[in-house]
Amino acid sequence: MIEDEDVELLLTDLLDIYGYDFTSYSKASLKRRIVRLVSIDKFPSFAEFRYKVRTDESYLKRFVEEITVNVTEMFRDPSFYKSLRDDILPVLGTKPFIRIWHAGCSTGEEVFSMAILLKEAGLLRKSLLYATDLNPSVLEKVRKGIFPLQQMKQYSESYIESGGLKDFSEYYTANYGQAKFNKELSEKIIISTHNLVSDSSFNEFDLILCRNVLIYFDKDLQDRVLKLFDASLGTLGYLALGTKETLKFSVIQNKFKQLNREKIWKKIM
Amino acid sequence: MEENHVAKAVKALIIGGSAGSLQVLFNLLPLLKSNLPFAIIIVLHRRHSADSSLSDLLSTKTMSPTREVEDKDVIRAGHIYLAPADYHLLIEKQESFSLDYSEKINFSRPSIDVTFESAAEVYGPSLVALLLSGANEDGTKGLSQVKKAGGTTIVQNPDTAQMPYMPHYAMMHTVIDHILDVPQMSHYINNLR
Ligand SMILES: C[S@@+](CC[C@H](N)C(=O)[O-])C[C@H]1O[C@@H](n2cnc3c(N)ncnc32)[C@H](O)[C@@H]1O
Repeated sequence: MIEDEDVELLLTDLLDIYGYDFTSYSKASLKRRIVRLVSIDKFPSFAEFRYKVRTDESYLKRFVEEITVNVTEMFRDPSFYKSLRDDILPVLGTKPFIRIWHAGCSTGEEVFSMAILLKEAGLLRKSLLYATDLNPSVLEKVRKGIFPLQQMKQYSESYIESGGLKDFSEYYTANYGQAKFNKELSEKIIISTHNLVSDSSFNEFDLILCRNVLIYFDKDLQDRVLKLFDASLGTLGYLALGTKETLKFSVIQNKFKQLNREKIWKKIM
Repeated sequence: MEENHVAKAVKALIIGGSAGSLQVLFNLLPLLKSNLPFAIIIVLHRRHSADSSLSDLLSTKTMSPTREVEDKDVIRAGHIYLAPADYHLLIEKQESFSLDYSEKINFSRPSIDVTFESAAEVYGPSLVALLLSGANEDGTKGLSQVKKAGGTTIVQNPDTAQMPYMPHYAMMHTVIDHILDVPQMSHYINNLR
């Protein structure tokens, strides 16, 4: 049994020793991840787990990888991607240059989906996609652009549901159970670590996607991060969140207007 | 039956269900009083990306305000909440919801175990957990945690379940306080305080 006080101590250690600030994460899921890690790594007690995290920097890497949830998919929620195609890209297309930020991009499935949409809208050449996450290991996977081949059937179905008209397999080369996505797509992706808790705005964007990341933060941190997004969006820029996340009741809600049923907001002031 | 008035006031009833549970809810919800002094939280296995029309459908069966949960929603007595498809549903100490998109548990997201376990920690003896029809083992571990934290555990009488495996599995592996059919459930729930 791990007590809430134990978790607090551990979080203080992480902040003091390594500068990683998890103190404003949603406690219920954070604790669940910690209990899970203590169990799969077979620590006899929480004290031993805490000692390992405090003293072993290589274990810290594992801690960050396992505590954060990296599950993701290509074209997850096809109707969301359909709205990007139909409602957002035509507007962005009128700009000379398009900058998109995927905050908390995990292994990059969402970023490659976006690159495919841009390609099909004829906009990829004038676009840049910034892919950031706090976890360096997932970013390595974005860099490679290689995903398990067995997923492609489902991704292809979602792609078609999102309004895709091509043969999805045109976008990758299959090899040894892996699908390597075309260089043309990955060339447009700029990869960098960025911690939403502690790092500041680094550019001005036309569209920011931060999906299924805010669910791991408490309300206060959500507000801080939303302010960061507000500061990083140009006028009339767009902000997209996960299907169960909202700007309602947030500090920036009055500056944004929701477009339609999808979780996409336009910055109106 | 246990005397309800000796127990701590109930703050939440969580209903977990899988295959064959929707019909149970359609029969049960109309029998429940509105304005019950606790929240009802429903965790159902459903097909991926399944429509959010399920909460609309359920709300036609009850006078109580019914909605699919969004992240950080505050939990209110008298309301009915439905776990959204494809997220685990967790409960925070300050009695609000958090969603989690981590790996499936028991091949399921939402997993009933995850919500039962998380709720057991927050509500302790003030929690009632009810497990309905289904064809897998989800829910049993969670019921054990509910019991350990002093809460009340109930399963649908397997004889009345379209898929008896899930409630039966729970009866075999953990302590169940009540085994009820639908009319008994409604009577029990309407008299909870
Ligand atoms: C569930 S994934 C979401 C992936 C993708 N956006 C999607 O919706 O499919 C959550 C990601 O958020 C990242 N994350 C968590 N805390 C973060 C932080 N403070 N700053 C940046 N990224 C963070 C995790 O490392 C993880 O890759």
